[in-house]
Order: sequence, then C-alpha cells, then structure tokens
Amino acid sequence: MADYKVPCIDKPLDIPALARGSMAHSAPFPAAPEHQQALGFPGELVDDWHDKAIDKFAELLGKSRALQVYMDSCVKCGACTDKCQYFLGSGDPKNMPVARQDLMRKVYRRHFTWAGKIVPWLVDAEDLTEEVLDDWYSYFHQCSQCRRCSVFCPYGIDTAEISMAAREIMDHIGKGQKYCNEILGKVHKIGNNLGLPEKALANTLEDLEEDIEEETGLEVKLPLNVKGADILLVTPSADFFAEPHVDGLIGYAKVFHQAGVSWTISSYASEAANFAMFIGSYEQMKLVAARIRKAAEDLGVKRIIFGECGHAWRVAYAFLNTLAGPFDFLDPDYPVPQHICELTWDLIEKGALTLDKSANDHMTLTFHDSCNVARATRMGEEPGGQFEIPRAIIKACCNNFVDMDADTIRESTFCCGGGGGLLTDDLMETRINGASPRMQALKEVVDDHGVTHMAAICAICKSQFAKIMPIYGFEMDSIVSVHQLVSNAIILDGQTSGQTSEAE
Amino acid sequence: MAYECNGATIEADEEGYILDISLWNTDLAGLIAEAENIEMGDDHWEVVNFLRNYYDEYQIAPAVRVLTKAVKRSLGPEKGNSKYLYELFPYGPAKQACKIAGLPKPTGCI
Repeated sequence: MADYKVPCIDKPLDIPALARGSMAHSAPFPAAPEHQQALGFPGELVDDWHDKAIDKFAELLGKSRALQVYMDSCVKCGACTDKCQYFLGSGDPKNMPVARQDLMRKVYRRHFTWAGKIVPWLVDAEDLTEEVLDDWYSYFHQCSQCRRCSVFCPYGIDTAEISMAAREIMDHIGKGQKYCNEILGKVHKIGNNLGLPEKALANTLEDLEEDIEEETGLEVKLPLNVKGADILLVTPSADFFAEPHVDGLIGYAKVFHQAGVSWTISSYASEAANFAMFIGSYEQMKLVAARIRKAAEDLGVKRIIFGECGHAWRVAYAFLNTLAGPFDFLDPDYPVPQHICELTWDLIEKGALTLDKSANDHMTLTFHDSCNVARATRMGEEPGGQFEIPRAIIKACCNNFVDMDADTIRESTFCCGGGGGLLTDDLMETRINGASPRMQALKEVVDDHGVTHMAAICAICKSQFAKIMPIYGFEMDSIVSVHQLVSNAIILDGQTSGQTSEAE
Repeated sequence: MAYECNGATIEADEEGYILDISLWNTDLAGLIAEAENIEMGDDHWEVVNFLRNYYDEYQIAPAVRVLTKAVKRSLGPEKGNSKYLYELFPYGPAKQACKIAGLPKPTGCI
C-alpha cells in the first residue's frame, strides 16, 4: 500500500485548515467496457458525452422533484461546511457538501435556468467541460452518500441524492466506476457481490455448522435453499466470507435455532446489498431487489429477514415494496421485511433467550451507528428504534458499554468512511480521510473509558474498520458484529460446551 | 499493467491481478510476490497452493475462516490464525495471497 498522510486523531474534533485541491487527484478505477455493458451502460466515454449528459440530467430533473428542489434551494448558509467526514479528514474545500453539490448545481444553472443560459458569469453557472466532468468523477466518489450533511441543512438538501444522480449521469455516458459496476454484474450472474457460487456457499455453511457443533455440542443448522421454510434470511455475502462478519452470521443461526423457527438462506438471493443505490440506478435497484422477491416466492417463505447490512436495510425498509412489491404473499403478522436485530430484541424482551453477559466481560463495547440505518430507516415500533434496539441488544449481552461523543452517534453519526461504493483499495486515501472523525471519537472513549471494541451492524462498516483501524493504531479485531456478541453470550438449550462448561 | 515472465508478457489489471488465470506458473507467482515485497517461504506456498486447489473446486477463493482452518490442519494450531496469515501476507491473506496465486480479486463488502 502506498503511504498516505493519516489525519491526526489526538486532538478533539476540529475544523481543519483548508487544503485547496488536496484531493483532486483521487479517482476510482474506471469500469471496464464489459462491466459497463453488463449493466446496459456504454462501454466507454461516448463521443457526444456532453449532450448525452445534459439530456440525462434533464430526464432526472423531470423524474425527481427532490433533485430539482436541491438544485434550486441552497442559500449558501454554510451550515453543512464542516459536517462531512471527507472534508474533516482532508481539508479539501470541494469536500464541503455545499461545494460538492455546486459541482452539479453550476451545470444545472447553465442549462436549466434562464439567468444561467443568458448571463452565466453573473450566476456562477458553468458548462459541463471535460475538467468539470473530471471533478464530478473525483468528488462524487469522495461522497459516501451517508446523508450526515442533510441533517444539518436547514433546507434538508440531501447530497446523497445529488451524488447518486451524478453517478447515474456518468454511467450513461460511459464513465462508470469499476468497483460498483463489476460487483453489480456479479449479482446478476451469480447472485451476490462476492461471486460466491452455490457450491462454495454450501461448503462454507457446512463448515460453519461443524464449527458451531464443536463449540456447543449442538447441531445448529445454516440451511440453504430449503423450500417451505418460514423465514428467508437475506444477508450481505460478506457474512459468508469475512471477519468479523461471519461471527455475526453464527449469531443469527444460534438465535434462529434457539427460537425454534425454520429458516433458510437462498443461493439465488445470497446478497442483501444493493449497490445499484450507490450508482443511482433505479432500473438496477429493481433488478437486484427482484431477486429477493423471486427467492421468497420460489422457496415459499412467509417472512423475509435482513442480516446486518446498512444500505441494504435502507433499500429494504424504505424501497423494497416499491421496487419488488407487493409482498402480499408473506405473513402480514410480521413486518415486511424485518431486521435481524428486531427479531433478536423481540426474543430477548420475551425472555426467550438465555444470555450470559460475562461471556463478553473481556470487552468494553461502544457502538458505531451505521449511516444508512441511522438516517434512512427505523427498527421496531418506536421512533429512534434504529438507535435503541442495537444498543439494547448489546447491553443485554455485555456488562460494559459506553457511547461515544453525542455529536458523533445516532442521527449525527459519521460514516465509517467506506460506504456508498467507496470500499475499494483504489480509494484508500479517501477511506482513511473519511474514517478520521470516527477514529477520533473512538480514541476518546478508549482513552477515557477503557473501551476495547466497537460493534457495528453493517458489512461495509466492519470491513472498512478492520482495514482502517490498524492504520490509526487500533487492533484489527477490535471491530465486532453485534450478533457476534449475541453468539458469545447466548446459552442454547442442551448446550454441552462453550460457556456452560466454563460455568460448571 | 503486465508482468514479464520467462519471455512472456502476462497482462494484469490496475492492481496487478493477472487477467488470464490459466497463464499462472510458480515463476510468475515469485514475480508477483516480489512486486508485493513478499519473500515466498514454505508457509507462503502452502497458502498459495491451498487457495489454488480450493479455487479449482469452488471457482472462488475460500473464506478467511476456511483458510485459517486449513492452515491449522497443515501447519499446526500455532499458525492457524488470521494474525499469522497477516504476518505472511500483510495486505490481507484473501486479497494479497489471491494475487500471488493468480486468482481474481475477491470483491464486495470485504
């Protein structure tokens, strides 16, 4: 890995000195023609890219009233300027949300406002030149679409929507991003982001069953493609592959086992993530979501439950019914869809799970609210359930829990730095920058309260932190899955080893 | 980018993963490892060979957990942990070892 300047996290969160253009060089690898074409986009930059881009822009403005309002309504109040983790980490003023929006807004003014068409120099309107397009490609891939800035904008301007629209326009003129587009191709071809075929998935699940049996003495199943199961679990494919994700998957399996419910994973819909949201493509979002509906119908399940994945829960909670509904064939007594944390918390509240908190006594936990869960969804019946329920589960499983600074959690949470299609090695510098406010807040509770581990409920957050935390001086395994804590604490009926044997 | 190996030019992507996995050979693995600043020892080869065998059967690299267990079986419990694998391949056993083994880069939220 190249050496990058790592922001200092010793001082409290502060506004950095401006470093104009310091991140202008950052750009993701371009999608190869085959990645583009697999999604129906041009393979490379088309000759008439300028006109095509403006046409697409017009089409999006016609479709999305929100985009039109966001283009028109900024009053340059400055409330957003110090709210973006990529600005705080880099000092590059083009990473201020208002400046990021203005990259698109100046082109909007030039082509879609009366003044911008006649007297562009008076109203800060600009043509979409090659230079501006390069800026779009660079800075709209330094936005993780986390929506933190929109919380502080008095008009509620959502930079995520603008960044999605910009990426959608760029895809349509042949300027796509390799990471997202290659992965979407794998979902269409194989069923998940990893490209994990059914045979490998089956082998991985069997392997995990062996591990759980070794630990507990019980045959805890991770069923695959079981027709007639009650519950379809849709979880990020990283849960089958990476650490600490897989420990969370083991936790879900133990919860299902103890609850005595029948459940299954589908190889056809072996992915909760929907990267189409990151590239702003409604058509692609529908295609990916349709796989989940098809799997649910083919397997004849009654419920759909989502595993720990941040943006997947946004797509599921906010859009699934529009994208792939109506889900009138599912059991109406349960939320459609449901989050694994809702299921687990419900069981804990009913007293259906025996939890030995001391199993997690070697840790002092804090919780990183994942941006999409925090600002775009809910869990449970009460407002704020998406903040309370994961914390309640952690506290039911652990004796030691401390929250980070109030300005950095719940609806004000920072992005992990790798969301929105940025979790790729070619954007490592941006990822390091974006993680810095979270790392600062974490360091405070580590220093002041002896926090040893941070829990999360998002595959991207977990992978980002496992990679980035060592760069900031933390241990790689100090990021954990919430259901990993459940897995450690839960005592299954008839369990012969693990915590029970230690207690004997 | 590309590797020059025994007089042949082997094409690779921007990050050095070879494009045609059938062109892999042990000399090329040595070259890729050199570019990654890794000196290949017996344990490195054990991992690389396991990855290639697994890929042959499953068309994907194994999960870190599966790899760890395999290393534990072949090299002993003191080496069967992800810490040791990261010592062998500092940029991550999944990605860096795959590159040396000539396999495609695992993608996704990992």
